[in-house]
Amino acid sequence: MSEVAALPTRKHEDFRYSDIDALAGVWPIAREDIVVADGGDESLQIVEDGAAAVARHLVISLGKGAKFDLRVLSAGPVYGRIAVDVRLAEGADFTLGAAQLATGSETLEVVTEVTHAGLNATSSQIVRTALAGHSVGTYLGRIAVERGADGTDAEQSVRAMLLDRTATANARPELEIYADDVKAAHGCAVGELDANGLFYLMSRGLTPPEAKRLMLQAFIAEAFTGAPGEAELSEAAIARLEKLVGAGL
Amino acid sequence: MLKIDNLQANVAAADVNRPILKGLSLTINPGEIHAIMGPNGAGKSTLGYTLGGRPGYEVTGGSVDFMGQDLLDLEPHERAAAGLFLGFQYPVEIPGVSFVQFLREAANAQRKGRGEEPLSGGEFLKLAREKAGLLRMDMDMLKRPVNVGFSGGEKKRAEMVQMGILDPKLAILDETDSGLDIDALRICGEGINAIMRAPDKAVLLITHYQRLLDYVKPDFVHVLAAGRIVKTGGPDLALRLEEEGYEAVVQETAA
Ligand SMILES: Nc1ncnc2c1ncn2[C@@H]1O[C@H](COP(=O)(O)OP(=O)(O)O)[C@@H](O)[C@H]1O
Ligand SMILES: [Mg+2]
Repeated sequence: MSEVAALPTRKHEDFRYSDIDALAGVWPIAREDIVVADGGDESLQIVEDGAAAVARHLVISLGKGAKFDLRVLSAGPVYGRIAVDVRLAEGADFTLGAAQLATGSETLEVVTEVTHAGLNATSSQIVRTALAGHSVGTYLGRIAVERGADGTDAEQSVRAMLLDRTATANARPELEIYADDVKAAHGCAVGELDANGLFYLMSRGLTPPEAKRLMLQAFIAEAFTGAPGEAELSEAAIARLEKLVGAGL
Repeated sequence: MLKIDNLQANVAAADVNRPILKGLSLTINPGEIHAIMGPNGAGKSTLGYTLGGRPGYEVTGGSVDFMGQDLLDLEPHERAAAGLFLGFQYPVEIPGVSFVQFLREAANAQRKGRGEEPLSGGEFLKLAREKAGLLRMDMDMLKRPVNVGFSGGEKKRAEMVQMGILDPKLAILDETDSGLDIDALRICGEGINAIMRAPDKAVLLITHYQRLLDYVKPDFVHVLAAGRIVKTGGPDLALRLEEEGYEAVVQETAA
């Protein structure tokens, strides 16, 4: 039963979620288990830049004091879903930096469930989504702090940028806290590129697509800051952003 | 170099759309420095933005010729490539984008627009260091995000560094002197002279104060009021404005 642990998001509340039909080619989703032993330190970089539909489900278990750094660049798939379940033991640390870049009628999702099961564990999720055309970008992030997981520090920073009014961004952070002394900073924002900034850049000679790409590059940079493969991720993201700003409008 | 003829422009913002420039004419020849002075709300910044092609500033009449091209027909980046530089009254902060990265891309975009070879990283840094030195600005500041956390005076100096790097033919400088202390004012004034005083270049200085004009001596001083140039004179006009105020000078014209 575990293969289909992560169901695709469906029409629900006010969100427009992806269609299960889009998943036909990738169903069932194989569950990928990652276990980091006590004190371990690992990282994973996922770059989905092909056009084919992709759906992945990572289940990560972090031992005491273990660290895991996950970076995701979703930039190309007509349908792309990255689901991540993480369970943190005492003193563990989880970092997620994800950028979703979509255009056309692409649908991209990051769905996380981060469970703080031990004392003083820390998690940080930074998700940046840039959407052109009729694309849809979604982040669903649930943080569960179990009884006794005192001293938890769980952070979610989720921002989306719409390049066209026809694109849709969904973001829903959820918190469920059963412990004391918990820090759970979360911020969600959907916006458009600052018109004053764009004019400033263009007044210095950048073409409209160059100005937009430069601002978007800055917008997503935080998702990859400090990543082991930061340079490579940025380069792949820039290539995709160039398509987005050219394809817009 | 620049010939503005009977320019009329509206500012459209938050469902207001009203005429601001109401038949403004001005000719600037190569080698000249012109100053525009005028009361708050006269339309000075609107003139700069309209010439720069800022969205929301809509030309409803008149024409602008810039070195043989119809300026109003060009996109903002094409105006820059053609040699126009706009120094902003309120330079914009752009988090996450470093000055050096942005300026190198801007310089190379302009060069590309003119069919020239791009500057290499090393060539660009050398140029940037030279111009930053001219304005006594620490190169480290140019590694920071565009204008973020800069004081008012630092922003204005950074504008002049950008002008030095981009090397325009015509600079329209909107209140470059406001927010500057006495030393910074002198440094900016000398910077403007070093970068822009040349037989094939020209400057349009928008200012409220005579003091910048002590450093950058104008050939002509114009008074802009209610969307038009209402008076033109030599450097002494700026001195008179400072002594007597706009109202007296503008009224005398109307009489
Ligand atoms: N973006 C804008 N939105 C609304 N009103 C504006 C805008 N820009 C200029 N205006 C109006 O146009 C008039 C001229 O402004 P401006 O050109 O900034 O004057 P100056 O620079 O001479 O002080 C003012 O009444 C101002 O309120
Ligand atoms: Mg002004």
